[in-house]
Amino acid sequence: MGMTVHATSPQFKQNAARALADTQLQKALGNVKQGFIDKRQRAADKLPEFEALRDAARDIKNHTLQHLDLYLEAYEEKVKASGGHVHFARNAEEARSIILSICREADAKTVTKGKSMISEEIGINAHLEANGITPVETDLGEYIIQLRHEMPSHIIAPAVHLNAIQVEQDFRRVHTNLDPKRDLSEPVQLLTEARAVLRERFLAADVGITGANFLVAETGTSVIVTNEGNGDLTQILPKTHIVLASIEKLVPTLEDVSQILRVLARSATGQEMSVYTTFSTGPRRSADADGPQNYHVVLIDNGRSAMLGTDFEEMLRCIRCGACMNHCPVYHAVGGHAYGWVYPGPMGAVLTPSLIGVDKAGHLPNASTFCGRCESVCPVRIPLPKLMRHWREREFERHLMPATFRSGLSFWGFFAKRPALYRLATRVAMASLGLAGRRRGRFTWLPLARGWTKYRDFPTPQGDTFQARWRRERKGRTV
Amino acid sequence: MSARDEILANIRRSLRVGGNETIRRQIATERLERAPKGLVPSRGQLPAEERLALFKLQAEAALATVTEVDSSADVPQSIATFLRDHNLPATLRMGSDLRLTAMPWNDTSLEIAHGPSQGSDLNAVSHAFGGVAETGTLVLVSGPENPSTLNFLPDNHIIIVSAKDVAGDYETVWNKVRFAFGKSGMPRTVNWITGPSRSGDIEQTMLLGAHGPRRLHIVVVRD
Repeated sequence: MGMTVHATSPQFKQNAARALADTQLQKALGNVKQGFIDKRQRAADKLPEFEALRDAARDIKNHTLQHLDLYLEAYEEKVKASGGHVHFARNAEEARSIILSICREADAKTVTKGKSMISEEIGINAHLEANGITPVETDLGEYIIQLRHEMPSHIIAPAVHLNAIQVEQDFRRVHTNLDPKRDLSEPVQLLTEARAVLRERFLAADVGITGANFLVAETGTSVIVTNEGNGDLTQILPKTHIVLASIEKLVPTLEDVSQILRVLARSATGQEMSVYTTFSTGPRRSADADGPQNYHVVLIDNGRSAMLGTDFEEMLRCIRCGACMNHCPVYHAVGGHAYGWVYPGPMGAVLTPSLIGVDKAGHLPNASTFCGRCESVCPVRIPLPKLMRHWREREFERHLMPATFRSGLSFWGFFAKRPALYRLATRVAMASLGLAGRRRGRFTWLPLARGWTKYRDFPTPQGDTFQARWRRERKGRTV
Repeated sequence: MSARDEILANIRRSLRVGGNETIRRQIATERLERAPKGLVPSRGQLPAEERLALFKLQAEAALATVTEVDSSADVPQSIATFLRDHNLPATLRMGSDLRLTAMPWNDTSLEIAHGPSQGSDLNAVSHAFGGVAETGTLVLVSGPENPSTLNFLPDNHIIIVSAKDVAGDYETVWNKVRFAFGKSGMPRTVNWITGPSRSGDIEQTMLLGAHGPRRLHIVVVRD
């Protein structure tokens, strides 16, 4: 029970097949296709400087990564000066034990949580539960999937794979102290019920755990961005606030974070600014009227420092807006759970192999049509298709693909490297296929192409090759 | 080796640096000290009247309501009217910010409570540190007189902002924060608030009042 970090990424193909046959999921995924794309476009169109701000955001992240050791030191010093504590964790296990010991020190029974992908990555909920502490997710979507013992299927809309009717069933199953005859047919009734249930949880919690969208080196500040206000209630009500952040969340200054905030919400939800952007520095000051008495930051590496200086360094610019998956035809078709670990969509296809190994997650960078929409909308201009291609190369080099794949690629490669032979072979192949399929216009079965013809017919070639036609038409064109 | 030292060493190995290169250190230190301003959109650089108009437009686009009064003496009556118009009880919680407590609340029949919220208040009022026109955002800072709980627990949140404190861009407000609190003296909490609480987590349908206020009402004071 509870969330684990067990990866089903090696079974991506089976996951995807199941997702395609899941009618509830397919209905819910319609909301992704409709909702996000137009809103982002409208927000981008309304701000003439949007493209220039994407460049600025990219440059700030690049600069920070090149000086990450120095900004981490400066950040640590500032947090300490403001009365907070900084803990470093090399991996998930170290992070879990640091968090558990802070919770024990606070004598915690329940812990409220703001939405945080790094907390999913390190599997903190299961660890707290195993040690007798109850974690309560407070973001509405996260709360819903916690009730269902599921992982988020989207990094900013964790329950996007569900329909209202499923949420209603979960609320009736779990909120058993409420009137069974109550009306929950409207989404607003579900929201109101969750608000009331979670309000009690907020007020009772001993520790609040949030993630951080950014850490600011200049001031030792952690920044969270939410629309619900749950992150704020998580961090200002309990006695102890724990911030979980991976080391690449750093930015140098308040000016830098302001630049990036101008592209974050616009790329994510199409809002010009999210409702609540909160900058927290240390614990409550002695005379303050409210706020946490203890402030801890757990800085987690878990594979990031090893990505620096490699082909995959650019992935560390990611600000987790979700635009890449919102625009991805593969994500639209199979949803987030098929990716089998914490991070779905194009950013997950690049990041997951870095974090759990390409031997386990090799299918993910292959699950792409390379249409390039993800890169075209990425606010920090991560070349996601290029990075997926790098993973495919690694996978090939390390002999991780099935033998038939490898021999097929080698066979094609032999001809591709010999243009004259390639032209001859394709001409012969297209001419004979054109002849053989002339009558029916399509093939329902072809040798070596069963993977294709199992799902659709192969149209009969016109008897000519693309290259031949290209040459002919270029010659015929008068300038 | 401690986790901290090992992580820093790994970063330096990956970046192929030692960590003590003078020029590299200088670049980072200077950026932290100077905090160079980036690209500010032209809509964030408007003259005073247009700036205020944009602030109101953007706040309303974020589903806040906005009203204007001539002076701070008019604020209590304006809030009393707002609460009555929305059939809300005549109660109001606030911190001890002098700008608020100096207002003539006795001119109204509002029942006033002071101090942080325990979670059962319907209405609260706060005074903003500033506003940002480019997105209709309000900036609030925490402190002994300004509890952060008032910004999130009540159902209806009213924020007062002086017209002269509405800046064009975020950067202007950060400079004011630095001026008021010192270069390394951030208040415990700085809240940027842009409209009332909302969630789109159920079928991507936007609904107001997720965990924070269902309503955000802004009173702009023009004196």
